[in-house]
Amino acid sequence: MLECNEITKSYGKKLAVDHVTMKLEPGHIYAMLGPNGSGKTTLMKMAVGLVKPSSGEFTYQGNPVDKESRRAIAYMSTEPYFYSWMTASDVGKYYRDFFADFSMERYLYLLERMELTPDMKTKTLSSGMMAKLKIAVTMARKAKVYLLDEPLNGIDLLARDVILQSVIEECTPDAALVISSHLVDELVRIVDTAIFIKEGRLVLMGEVEDFRTQMGKSVVDLYREIYGHTGAEAESEV
Amino acid sequence: MEYNTAIPIYLQVMDAIKRDIVTGRMSPGDKLPSVRDLAVQYSINPNTVSRVYRELEMEHVCFTRRGTGTFVTEDGERVAQLREDMAKDLVQGFLAGMRQLGLTSEEAEELLRRYDTDARQ
Repeated sequence: MLECNEITKSYGKKLAVDHVTMKLEPGHIYAMLGPNGSGKTTLMKMAVGLVKPSSGEFTYQGNPVDKESRRAIAYMSTEPYFYSWMTASDVGKYYRDFFADFSMERYLYLLERMELTPDMKTKTLSSGMMAKLKIAVTMARKAKVYLLDEPLNGIDLLARDVILQSVIEECTPDAALVISSHLVDELVRIVDTAIFIKEGRLVLMGEVEDFRTQMGKSVVDLYREIYGHTGAEAESEV
Repeated sequence: MEYNTAIPIYLQVMDAIKRDIVTGRMSPGDKLPSVRDLAVQYSINPNTVSRVYRELEMEHVCFTRRGTGTFVTEDGERVAQLREDMAKDLVQGFLAGMRQLGLTSEEAEELLRRYDTDARQ
């Protein structure tokens, strides 16, 4: 449903994304893995049309991604994107005005699950609470594709569980979900397909269980092989 | 639930469900949660849950009624056998560990009695 063919993005001489070809299908949860700076964010931004590729393109249902396809694709970026005067409730209204598939009811339910209240001011939220707010507002959309960039970054273990549970809850079989992360351990249980990105290139993509049956390796083994360290170690470097 | 990344998740969840059946937390004929609910409960991928149910069905531990869901087997003998199989695996693992220490089954049995503190109280 969402695919790209030989997509490339260069910033000056540096290739941020280097001839990546991949195809995302409904009913799957994908882990997009790779250390910081490997090109995951640039790839996601191109998928929603926020960054223009140097060559190649992303297509959604066969058409190049544009404003129209963004109605079906929910993207959560790493940087905060709310005005500082907004309360959690304002954030919901803001989304409701922008996206026809946004459900205020789901949003309020998700806020409660995340132990947030509608009257909380965004500027007073801790980074962990902000991360939860971003997930709640993104997952309250009934999108066909969800692209979550580093949703577990800077979040404590307990909150990670709540976030992953909410993600599973909201993800319907006709939707595709992509979660980028360098925390491989946390993700393996909820994803069925892993995409390994290294220095802008797609080095490996496949189903988690196939790696095990065909190569005798877990995603964690492969992560260590490809990047030379585990996700946990990568986290402590940040 | 804590997962061991060295073992496929579907096997770990299958084991947890079998445990619930063997210990009576779930009774013969009980309805199992829907795929989505179990996925949320265990925080795992819904496709993994489908696999868990498929495998449990193949082992005749569960059965599916079209349109209504997945249920625990109504065959009490199958449950008894499941308990026996799980106990066998544990015992074999224990004995293999003892053999690695150079102990015979008899010596292992002796140690088992000596350190079974619950039974002595």
